[in-house]
Amino acid sequence: MVSDYIPPLKDINFVLEHIAGAHELAGLDRFSESFDASMVEPVLEEVGRFMAEVVAPTNVDGDTTMSKWVDGEVITPDSFKAAYKQYVATGFGSIPFDPTYGGGGFPWTVGVAIQELLTSSNMAFSLCPLLTQGAIDAIEHHADDKMKSAYLPKMLTGQWSGTMNLSEPQAGSDVGAVATKAEPVGDGSYKITGQKIWITFGDHDMAENIVHLVLARTPGAPPGTKGITMFMVPKYLLDGQGNPGEKNDVACVSIEHKLGIHGSPTCVLSFGDNGGAIGWPIGDEFTGMRNMFTMMNNARLSVGLQGLALAERAYQGSLAYAQERRQGTAVGAKRGVQSPIIEHADVRRLLMSQRSWIDAMRCLIYTNAASIDRSKALSGEEGEQAREMADLLIPLSKSLCTDLGNELTSLAMQVFGGMGYVEETGAAQHYRDIRIGAIYEGTNGIQAADLVGRKLPMRGGGVVMDHLAALDLKAKELASQEGMAVFAENLETAVATARDATSWLLEHGATDVNAALAGSSPYLRMLGTVVCGGLMADLAMKADKSSDAEFAEAKKVSARFFGEQILPTANGLLGAVTAGPDDLFALTPKQLA
Amino acid sequence: MKVAVCVKQIPDPADPGALDPETRTLKRDVKLILDESDSYGVEMALQLVDAAGGGEVVLVSMAPNNERSGLSTALAMGAASATLVSDPALVGTDALTTAKILGKIISDQEPDLVIAGSESSDGYTGTVPEQIAGVLGWPSVTAAKAVAIDGSAMKVERQTDAGYDEVECSLPAVISVTAGVVEPRYPSFKGIMAAKSKPVVQMTVADLGMTAAEVGWAGSGQEVVDVTVAPVREAGEKIEDDGEAHLKIIEFLESVKAI
Ligand SMILES: Cc1cc2nc3c(=O)[nH]c(=O)nc-3n(C[C@H](O)[C@H](O)[C@H](O)COP(=O)(O)OP(=O)(O)OC[C@H]3O[C@@H](n4cnc5c(N)ncnc54)[C@H](O)[C@@H]3O)c2cc1C
Ligand SMILES: Cc1cc2nc3c(=O)[nH]c(=O)nc-3n(C[C@H](O)[C@H](O)[C@H](O)COP(=O)(O)OP(=O)(O)OC[C@H]3O[C@@H](n4cnc5c(N)ncnc54)[C@H](O)[C@@H]3O)c2cc1C
Repeated sequence: MVSDYIPPLKDINFVLEHIAGAHELAGLDRFSESFDASMVEPVLEEVGRFMAEVVAPTNVDGDTTMSKWVDGEVITPDSFKAAYKQYVATGFGSIPFDPTYGGGGFPWTVGVAIQELLTSSNMAFSLCPLLTQGAIDAIEHHADDKMKSAYLPKMLTGQWSGTMNLSEPQAGSDVGAVATKAEPVGDGSYKITGQKIWITFGDHDMAENIVHLVLARTPGAPPGTKGITMFMVPKYLLDGQGNPGEKNDVACVSIEHKLGIHGSPTCVLSFGDNGGAIGWPIGDEFTGMRNMFTMMNNARLSVGLQGLALAERAYQGSLAYAQERRQGTAVGAKRGVQSPIIEHADVRRLLMSQRSWIDAMRCLIYTNAASIDRSKALSGEEGEQAREMADLLIPLSKSLCTDLGNELTSLAMQVFGGMGYVEETGAAQHYRDIRIGAIYEGTNGIQAADLVGRKLPMRGGGVVMDHLAALDLKAKELASQEGMAVFAENLETAVATARDATSWLLEHGATDVNAALAGSSPYLRMLGTVVCGGLMADLAMKADKSSDAEFAEAKKVSARFFGEQILPTANGLLGAVTAGPDDLFALTPKQLA
Repeated sequence: MKVAVCVKQIPDPADPGALDPETRTLKRDVKLILDESDSYGVEMALQLVDAAGGGEVVLVSMAPNNERSGLSTALAMGAASATLVSDPALVGTDALTTAKILGKIISDQEPDLVIAGSESSDGYTGTVPEQIAGVLGWPSVTAAKAVAIDGSAMKVERQTDAGYDEVECSLPAVISVTAGVVEPRYPSFKGIMAAKSKPVVQMTVADLGMTAAEVGWAGSGQEVVDVTVAPVREAGEKIEDDGEAHLKIIEFLESVKAI
């Protein structure tokens, strides 16, 4: 009964080309040699087919068979191993990376589209390539050339996978508390000892080697984030030919039992039980945290994308079910005949809310990705502007889209009625799987703190204010569009509200940090919704660029629904943003009981 | 070794579009894809060329609107080039005329072997491969599940109800393959990129030295006289397993003479 995954290629291609401007990236020096924009559609077509036919069918098996810990090793479901082997053969993982190491040299934006197709097909499975991409990103930027040529070619294809080892029992949100030790051996290598927890795909049997990137402290390192260095610790040390040889001193001592993503092993890794795992520093001593940040944008965007990807998959199932299931007689239908539930207004609301938010999320994530690409490809003021945009959008993409992932998979389940709550329909799995998105890669609370603490203060609030000013212009442009007058008015109002909220935070946050932090989460939701309002205005104005009139109509209605029925919710958050911390802290823990 | 593979490009079976009530054929104004039935032929051809230690796989196709999406998939899998016949005059072309047209291209290509699907997923007459062999005067082997080439001779394991026959014939020859005999590879990123610059030669009816009267509705000796909706599949019988279910299954299989 679990429905198949249909790659939403029309939507993806449209947003890439007309909203994110991915095709224009081909005109930038960085991409001009390797990126042929006319190949985006053919590539995504084949990637989509592969994901739908090979990866999507493993989703339920991953959930029920699960990855298991057996005698100190992780065994993934057989269906995962088979699909992964084929994935490696396609080379799809290499598309957005440096051609020097076998990559396709396409922009990250196209890589994000590929990731959407992969993640919708099977989120648990997708985490292995996802973490590998994160590790590649770090190595590409910070490792020396020798390391790059030894590791990157095989990591790009996925023959070897990667992990990110940050978390420890006392170091979760507080990464600065990392205690894992690295002792220099004297030959450039280090002996690593300590325990890491929650390590995604920290051990498994799909790849020939696993390249762990580990945050650790060298002797005499200053406390906190300033004393952290990043190390590369392969599961198997390379032999003289550069192939996996002797096993390193890293052990997976257990895996977690989780709410969802059962196919993805979440490992406790013990480094150095037998004298120390051999590792090599990536970048200079004490630059570990800074180096993490260079890849953090991509990683956070990828997690935001999970919210979009699972909302899309869950929506597809709910839309199919709404046409099959008959209950009640819809208004205007023949009496005595049960109508498909899609004919009921409230079910329509469940569907339109999903449809519209999914469109908005795709616009947000892809635009964010394109701004990352531009920030790397452009220099001077243009590059700086793109970087500011990328940095501002990251917490919005990560938090808003994972929160919505939770909300929308819940709406999808609602469409199924009781059948949504039983596992048979698959709706419950999507709901369980996406729950982690709001927690890992910096909890959504930490993202909100990042927004008010780091992003809002950029240029003294100028980056946010400039963006709001641009949205005002967009509202004016939209007003002349047929059928969009109310949307345009709502956009203007919501932008004004966001400006008030932003001014309040800038004013009060400067003297009372807790005032800004108290309102950070509702502010993120508000700003995210308003930014999406601007992107949906774009969608409404550009929809006619599609040669498919039905598609254009659908996008316009989706955008109008957003503008008239979702965007106004942003205004209601002003009270929470500007209330300050007093009531939050008014009660003692005892009184809170 | 040179292997020619006949590939039909068809409307996506997941979204096939509408029947034209006048001609009783599928409207082909939607995007066409590689018929899955032909992906097996492409894969087998690639494997044979590999086994032979060199050579090339060429594609031949007849399709409306210069459609080449399906060809792109096969080129991305590894075929070297394609010839595509497309012409408005071809609307209504029946299976025999199709075979004549494909046969003309194939004889120009001078392949050692021709591979086609046993039957297409949409038209489904299952006659084109044998008719191509007839047109060319070459041996025809149907239902090939394994093929071994040895110089100018070929050994084929031919699927039968009971098992398989071993058949030998000379080359050039035409074989048809059934779905599932090999596992078609998915195009790799490099394959997809390479496909862009592979040659696709487009031909019209005139280029083939034929006239409009010989093809399309005019040239067809075959006509679709009626189309009816396939009957809805009836619900099966559910048997609860009370420990004796296997006996009921045996009884059922005997009743339909399956065992
Ligand atoms: C399935 C799974 C996979 C994971 N994969 C990896 C991985 O591959 N690599 C890796 O290194 N880690 C991984 N993690 C760890 C993950 O990143 C952490 O769980 C996450 O960062 C939160 O840390 P924590 O669990 O210690 O929660 P805590 O830090 O204890 O947070 C608890 C709550 O307090 C809030 N909070 C904490 N500090 C603050 C603050 N300063 N301001 C406001 N609120 C605050 C949080 O928002 C949260 O709501 C994974 C976790 C899971 C569950
Ligand atoms: C303008 C135009 C309109 C057409 N409209 C239709 C239509 O409405 N319905 C329809 O079914 N077909 C249509 N065709 C295609 C053509 O008429 C059929 O291919 C032909 O009738 C064969 O029928 P079949 O599918 O039953 O072949 P089968 O004998 O079932 O096919 C067996 C194998 O023969 C090969 N083969 C068959 N046809 C082709 C081909 N065209 N190109 C390359 N290899 C081929 C393939 O390997 C296939 O697996 C159209 C073609 C053109 C150019």
